[in-house]
Amino acid sequence: MAINNQYTEKKDFKLKVTYKIILAQLGEKLKYFLVKIIPLCLNFKKTFFRMSKTIRIRKGLDIKIKGKAEQVLGPDVNARFFGVKPTDFPGLIPKLSVNEGAIVKVGSPLFYHKNNPEVVFPSPASGIVTSVIRGERRKILEVGIESDGKFTSESFSSEEMNAPDRETVQKTLLKSGLWPFIIQRPFGIIARPGDVPNHIFIQGFDSSPLAPDYDFTLKDEHEAIQRGIDILTKLTDGKVHLGLRPGSILSSLKNVEINYFAGPHPAGNVGIQIHKVRPINKGDLIWTLNIQSVVFIGRLFLTGKLNFKKIIALAGSEVKEPGYVTVTGGISVSSIVEGKTLKEKNERIISGNVLTGSKVEPGSYLGFYDNLITVIPEGNEIELFGWATPGLKKHSASNTFFAQLFPKKEYTLNANYHGGERPFVVSGQYEKLLPMDILPVYLLKAIIANDIDKMEQLGIYEIIEEDLALCEYACTSKIEVQDLIRKGINSLIKELV
Amino acid sequence: MTGSGIKNFYDKHRPKFEKGGKLHAFKSVYEGFESFLYVSGATTKKGSNIRDYIDLKRTMIIVVLALVPTMLFGMYNIGFQHFKALGLIETTPFINVFLFGFLRVLPVIVVSYLVGLGIEFAFAQIKGHEINEGYLVTGLLIPLILPINTPLWMVAIAVAFSVIIAKEAFGGTGMNIWNPALVARAFLFFAYPAYMSGDEVWIRLGSQAGNVADGFSGATPLGLALTGSVDYDIWNAFWGFIPGSIGETSTFAILLGAILLIVTGIGSWKIMAATTLGALATGLIINLFAVNPFMEIPFWHHLMLGGFAFGAVFMATDPVSAAQTNKGKWIYGFLIGVTAIVIRVLNPAYPEGMMLAILLMNTFAPLIDHYIVQGNIRRRLKRAMVKA
Repeated sequence: MAINNQYTEKKDFKLKVTYKIILAQLGEKLKYFLVKIIPLCLNFKKTFFRMSKTIRIRKGLDIKIKGKAEQVLGPDVNARFFGVKPTDFPGLIPKLSVNEGAIVKVGSPLFYHKNNPEVVFPSPASGIVTSVIRGERRKILEVGIESDGKFTSESFSSEEMNAPDRETVQKTLLKSGLWPFIIQRPFGIIARPGDVPNHIFIQGFDSSPLAPDYDFTLKDEHEAIQRGIDILTKLTDGKVHLGLRPGSILSSLKNVEINYFAGPHPAGNVGIQIHKVRPINKGDLIWTLNIQSVVFIGRLFLTGKLNFKKIIALAGSEVKEPGYVTVTGGISVSSIVEGKTLKEKNERIISGNVLTGSKVEPGSYLGFYDNLITVIPEGNEIELFGWATPGLKKHSASNTFFAQLFPKKEYTLNANYHGGERPFVVSGQYEKLLPMDILPVYLLKAIIANDIDKMEQLGIYEIIEEDLALCEYACTSKIEVQDLIRKGINSLIKELV
Repeated sequence: MTGSGIKNFYDKHRPKFEKGGKLHAFKSVYEGFESFLYVSGATTKKGSNIRDYIDLKRTMIIVVLALVPTMLFGMYNIGFQHFKALGLIETTPFINVFLFGFLRVLPVIVVSYLVGLGIEFAFAQIKGHEINEGYLVTGLLIPLILPINTPLWMVAIAVAFSVIIAKEAFGGTGMNIWNPALVARAFLFFAYPAYMSGDEVWIRLGSQAGNVADGFSGATPLGLALTGSVDYDIWNAFWGFIPGSIGETSTFAILLGAILLIVTGIGSWKIMAATTLGALATGLIINLFAVNPFMEIPFWHHLMLGGFAFGAVFMATDPVSAAQTNKGKWIYGFLIGVTAIVIRVLNPAYPEGMMLAILLMNTFAPLIDHYIVQGNIRRRLKRAMVKA
């Protein structure tokens, strides 16, 4: 033992000296690295990004669903019935402007916002108001119109068309019913007349699953978009921003600050783009529009007439020939999907995309803001030992099924929950899908606890439902994330009023 | 029987389990088995129309799969250590060695699941919620971290303590502060120390205790190191042919599990990496200032000795009791590594520290997260100030 100890002490001394020298050298290197190299790298990154103006989104997920729309334009869809659904507008308390049997033109107000009577909602077609469908407590769910097929527009004066100043523009937008196309952040509700936003952001591409390609649907609308942008610049003292994919044909637009975004969904969400370009702080006001809405505004100010024609995508695994069709906003769903789906049974028709869109019946209408109809299987069947199968056809944001070995695979996804609701267990899942400096689970817990201060501190002003839709999709515990966020926003609005 | 056949059978008997039915007292059991048999046909009503195929059952089953290699190797090793102690390992066929271990380990697993799930079902019934899947994993973790000579009644008490005090008292799955499996082990460690450490608990000898071969010692490598004799083959420790708790000895089998957890994304690679880094750094520092043979154990050997690997891969990564934020996971893991080696080497009473290190950091995980969250809040405030 004694010999052993002597030996150890010697070895020990030698080791100590060597280690000390190595450590000292390492320390020097580390110091150099911290002081010199890291700032250099950071600066380089900054200048590099400013030069190219392409913002690369790394977090997120493209869910590859079968039935992407081919870039083929089908025949125009002519329908007898059109309608507007007050349920498309969060926080709206609708009051009717017309009764059943009234004769309306394109742009005639159908209903208005109780808290803001100036904000009216336009008829998309000319004809007769045929139905007002009410739900619980007589809440208006749908206002239906039988079209006369002429699409006669309300008329506007040349002074209104010239739009000399902010006030005239606001008045014209309100009168024409185009105002509800302007959404404000925070809260994701219709903008308040009289406000002046810090900036306006236009969503120029859609990255959500099976989304329409605006480069295709808007290729003939350049003039209208440019006019729309020029009109919007009058509404803000700041800038009008447009988010595009690199190489988009819309890059030639003028009078607008173009930001390019690469990367997976939600790169196309205007909320993510705002966060990357000019994040919203408490007290800020940003207005956002979809580029299709800018087309409607541009058309009005070019021609003096309202025209809600647009090209939308019909997509999804249950559609026979996914593609594009020309429709008019508020068109009845059945006129688009009838005869074009595979089974016509146990299907879910969605106005909008699979993540944020709403389930619609064939008798209902295309959503106010939607440029896409998706049809997927309902999936209301039980699955034996579903949790234990290898899962060669099961899509997941995790890698827990064998299907994830094939990254290019396309999936038929249905509306099944695939599991029961549980408390938060798994961590780190949401963070991978939200490209924002926000801690989503903590924010959601603040909402559950109805802690207004915490919600503000953790960034509720920067998000709306669609920004966390992917988190809801991927959630192991099947938590209703989007519903929670709207609850949080509503309690915040209540607090502020 | 087809899927709809099973569903019909289930639906037919449902009224008996509803309130007022004869079997209402077993409603939680009924529902538990129902969700075990098939995923329901419920479809989305609000929010996202489509949902990921993953659910908590899938998550838990992946962890159980990841534990299978260590469990199988653990069974073999129990037999291996037994026959080695008797000097018969050369002459006993492989299958007999495995069967010996299998028959000794199986009752521990069965007791753990029976007692644990029984309590879970009872709580689900009383509180009126669905059975949670959490215990599927805990029920297998507990046997794997016990010495083979733990009496079954002790296993039962430890499981009951863990499920009631460490989990249900806090509100059930997803609400607990400490890793329930480690609480079970800590309970036994402090309540029955003689059964949890020393030289006699790791190898099952039974009635053969008098027949051990010459030169036999039942101590673990770390147990030996504490007494000043560093005498083990590191490759034996890597493959797992050393005495120790049932499932902890084979670093190789644990690595297989770790690969599955990391590839599927179920276990946090950040925590595993940070824990390893923390242990290596601490081991290195201790090497520098070593004054006894234990401190001189090369720093990287620590990863393969005792419960370190098992703890880092399966215990520290428990998402509920670990840090939740990404940065927090690095800090949490690193501190586990540091604490584990410090306790292991510098504490004179007991040559292992992984269990206490993880429980300690479980306690501090919310605090770590708190500072990460505050950092996020401060960044947002600062951004507003700069602009204004």
